[in-house]
Amino acid sequence: MPNYQWPSADKRKVIGKRMNRVDGPAKASGRAKYTYDTVRENMLYAHSVRCPHAHAKVTSIDTSAAEKLPGVAAVHVVNGSGKEIFWAGTDVVAVAAVDEPTARDAVRLIKVEYEQLPHLVLDFKEPDLAEAEKSEWYKVAEKATQGDPAAGFQQSEVVHEGHYGSPVITHCCLETHGSIAEWPDSDHMFLHISTQNVPGIGEQVANAIGMPAANVHVHQDHVGGGFGSKLGLDPWGVIVGQLSKKTGKPVKMMLDRKPELETAGCRPSAYARVKVGAKKDGTLLAWESYSWGSGGVGGGGSPPLPYVWKVPNQQKQHVNIVNNIGPARAWRAPNHPQACVLTMCPLDDLAAKLNMDTFDFVKKNIDLLDPRSKIYSEELDVADKLMGWKARWHPRGDKTRGPVKRGLGLALHTWGGRGHSSNCDLSIHPDGSVEVKMGTQDIGTGTRTSILQVAADTLGVAIDNIKLLIGDSDYPRDSASGGSSTIGGVSSATFRAAVDAREQLFAKVAPALNAQPADLEVADGKVRVASSPGRSLSWRDACSKLGAQTITTRGTNPDPDKGDLINSGVGGVQMADVSVDTETGIVKINKMVGVQDCGLVISPKQAESQVLGAMIMGVSYALYEEKVMDQTTGTMLNSNMDTYRLAGLGDVGELVVHLMSGPGYDERGVIGIGEPPTVSPGAAISNAVANAIGVRVPYLPLTPDRVLEALETAQTEGGRA
Amino acid sequence: MRAFEYTSPKEKQQAVGLLGRQWNDAEVLAGGSDLLGLMKDDIVHPKRLVNVKDMDELRGISFTPEHGLRIGSLETLIEISQDAQVKQHYPMLAHAAGDAASPQIRNVATIGGNMCQRPRCWWFRNGFGLLATGPDGKSLVPDGDNRYHAILGNEGPAYFVSPSTVAPVLIAYNASIRLFGPNGRRELPLQKFFVVPKTDGEREHDLRPNEIVTDIVVPAPPAGAKVAHYEVRQKEAFDWPYATASVLLQMSGGTVRWARVVLSHVAPVPWVSNEAAQALAGKSIFEQTADAAGQAAVANARSLGRNKHKITLARVAVKRAILQATQGGRA
Ligand SMILES: Cc1cc2nc3c(=O)[nH]c(=O)nc-3n(C[C@H](O)[C@H](O)[C@H](O)COP(=O)(O)OP(=O)(O)OC[C@H]3O[C@@H](n4cnc5c(N)ncnc54)[C@H](O)[C@@H]3O)c2cc1C
Repeated sequence: MPNYQWPSADKRKVIGKRMNRVDGPAKASGRAKYTYDTVRENMLYAHSVRCPHAHAKVTSIDTSAAEKLPGVAAVHVVNGSGKEIFWAGTDVVAVAAVDEPTARDAVRLIKVEYEQLPHLVLDFKEPDLAEAEKSEWYKVAEKATQGDPAAGFQQSEVVHEGHYGSPVITHCCLETHGSIAEWPDSDHMFLHISTQNVPGIGEQVANAIGMPAANVHVHQDHVGGGFGSKLGLDPWGVIVGQLSKKTGKPVKMMLDRKPELETAGCRPSAYARVKVGAKKDGTLLAWESYSWGSGGVGGGGSPPLPYVWKVPNQQKQHVNIVNNIGPARAWRAPNHPQACVLTMCPLDDLAAKLNMDTFDFVKKNIDLLDPRSKIYSEELDVADKLMGWKARWHPRGDKTRGPVKRGLGLALHTWGGRGHSSNCDLSIHPDGSVEVKMGTQDIGTGTRTSILQVAADTLGVAIDNIKLLIGDSDYPRDSASGGSSTIGGVSSATFRAAVDAREQLFAKVAPALNAQPADLEVADGKVRVASSPGRSLSWRDACSKLGAQTITTRGTNPDPDKGDLINSGVGGVQMADVSVDTETGIVKINKMVGVQDCGLVISPKQAESQVLGAMIMGVSYALYEEKVMDQTTGTMLNSNMDTYRLAGLGDVGELVVHLMSGPGYDERGVIGIGEPPTVSPGAAISNAVANAIGVRVPYLPLTPDRVLEALETAQTEGGRA
Repeated sequence: MRAFEYTSPKEKQQAVGLLGRQWNDAEVLAGGSDLLGLMKDDIVHPKRLVNVKDMDELRGISFTPEHGLRIGSLETLIEISQDAQVKQHYPMLAHAAGDAASPQIRNVATIGGNMCQRPRCWWFRNGFGLLATGPDGKSLVPDGDNRYHAILGNEGPAYFVSPSTVAPVLIAYNASIRLFGPNGRRELPLQKFFVVPKTDGEREHDLRPNEIVTDIVVPAPPAGAKVAHYEVRQKEAFDWPYATASVLLQMSGGTVRWARVVLSHVAPVPWVSNEAAQALAGKSIFEQTADAAGQAAVANARSLGRNKHKITLARVAVKRAILQATQGGRA
């Protein structure tokens, strides 16, 4: 039985090496084709009539004028008369036409009438619990209690209470949602779709259309961002399927920016009133929270509170607001960024009230971070060195002169990230070329590069020697790229396939080297005898011993018989250094440090790039992002990227990433990293702002109006006191 | 986008002939960085576009000490920001043009289009009309999220803010705008070009549907004038400011003889603050006098509910522009 454990550090030749992303040149040069770029022969373009009201019933639809318009191929009613609409921007009727302008003209010719129903699109106000329990706009979760909260607060010598929160934001995928469907024959559909779920989306669309899942073939080469919003079924995949079936031609539908921001997914808001208590020495004793939030008609998620900390005495109550804003979808580490803000900000305020450095407060209570106390502690020390925290930290309120104040903040986070189920077919051809086939997708995380690094390392061949095929549902079944589960799945399946293929190759080659298969190893493009490396064959010559027989192996995850390669549960620490102009309320990021563990790192550059991207996304939601809704009209006001703002390169400051690795980390196996580093930035930046200006800005994003208001409130309160 | 007829005249006379008598008959197309977005979002739907980019007489930047600066309406923001004469004699203009929007937009955005660009009011851009009218016929702004709306000249019915960050600079330099229409040429002070619409059918410029902007002319600034333009903007680039202030100070020794202070993003028009100018006259500039001028600029400002911060930010913009002008900081 071969050894199915990851090679030790000294044996890793490609795994763990700083390799550039293999799809980089194609993406940078524009050669990489996204669904958005794809054009099929005789393709039709679809657009849809969207409901302008946040809550309404469709009362009548007249499509006759559109149907008569030359160039219109098909009209498809998505939400017919009598259907209830729960958010503005919902598709009501879709049209396929020979080109985009004709489709848009046809949309304007369709007359839909609605009966407007009462709507709610706001969520900021603290709901009255008694009222919420009676109202259909709210879903009240059960109160959860641990320990003895009343006693905990009684024993607390210092108690802090405050409001915190972050608003609804959207995913803002640069490639909007959409797909192209075509029917090669009357039973089969080919779906080219922008998705995080090549293996699973076909079945979902098939169910919606009412056809066998086996008859849907899904393909995608590249996806321009998903962040959780492209995991599951949405109306647009179904619409193109139906329109192309009706017309017998390929139909493409990609969302415009406006419906993308309005309807393609959002991250729920989360607001809370939080009370925390500790002993004078900083020992954290008690937690109480009343939280609420929304992500549309389904409500929001319930943020896991208190986040990360096992506070001995705690009580929490959450209320979900059911409103009409467009649906929530998984957003990179669902519920965690919100929970982190609602936990790390009040604890930072508590530490300030205790006259403690938050760093010391965390260390003091490190046992409450079980089971990752040790990881967090080590990460805090690394982050301290990279940020110069201990040397530079000052108590609340930068006392230097001038309007610009500087401060430091930190936050902690966790995530699971266990590898999902995955299959890899690996072939070694007699000419020495290697082929890897997997039904996974690279959602921009560097999955291609990581798979190739594992295969190259295990077979001792150069990456250029390996042809990698992914992004197609005809390839061995994989899973959706969500939950940071991809790297664990694909790396272990690839590794097992490669180990097995290597074994088979050794069996064929051993006689030629006068050795036993078990004596052989691969290194530097050679197959050689481990004990006497001089006895070797080049990879190509070795493979020629296969005769006409290609080796093909299937590696699978999970596979309990073949090594323990993956794990779950990571810890991360982030620190932010900000400057706040107290006259304008403008916050600038000077530097952020992200220290992250993710077990064994397969591809350091790709992993670091995940942390960098996460911190940039974090700066965006900490400072700029907010889905602004208008209660009167029920519509989103900033459904455009000049007012739905994202950070630019000039806004993100210096970003420093450190991955925990080596002894204590590597042997845990591979763990996903895509989501966890997105969790901390909001809280870390908010805490840094509080440290700089001496007062808490309670709500994200930290825009000038909110910063100035917090300063003003503190001044009037200070004046009164 | 709706179907439209595309025309590309070579002569001014031809162009105005192709333009309509009413808005929505036709629109002038320059760089298209604003117009195309408005058409795609179905906010404006001209039946005809009159591309003016083939008219060479609308190009060129020239300067003489007697006549000052002439900028053809087709000159782009990038060209203006990099022009040696502009940089030397009108540093505040070079700065504002070079700091607007993003490089991609500056490369296509013309100065004529910049003057005529439409407000960014998010109700207007979502199809509720220039005056942001709700289903009951009332303005949506006072009760809605008006965090970016006007704090001055906001008695209604217009509450949007004038979007150009270049116009206030030109007004501070006392620029004029030249228009060409069926009756020939017309020139007016740029300040007067911006008007407050009273009904949804009106526009926010003194421009008739069949007129085009041909040039901007700017007198030579008084010798020794001190200038600065300051934008309070959250992002480093590609972001609309909360408030801007453009300041031109004519000094006499250590004191201000007279001043022009122009704000933008605070009112439906670029806002010339005589109050701030008066507060500066005869004063030497310190933090206190600069702040007093800022305070004077917003003395009549009024919050609509969610935009109180803009009063503070406008005041800071004025103060900082004044201090930068006198401290010889960035123009
Ligand atoms: C994200 C973003 C950020 C921006 N930031 C800024 C900023 O910071 N500061 C700033 O000032 N601007 C900013 N802009 C706006 C930009 O500067 C304008 O879109 C641009 O200047 C318009 O010029 P254009 O030539 O592209 O005009 P077009 O889009 O072609 O036309 C705009 C309007 O002017 C009319 N028009 C154009 N030329 C003439 C003419 N010669 N005679 C009569 N009418 C004419 C058109 O009919 C149309 O109504 C930003 C734009 C975007 C999209």
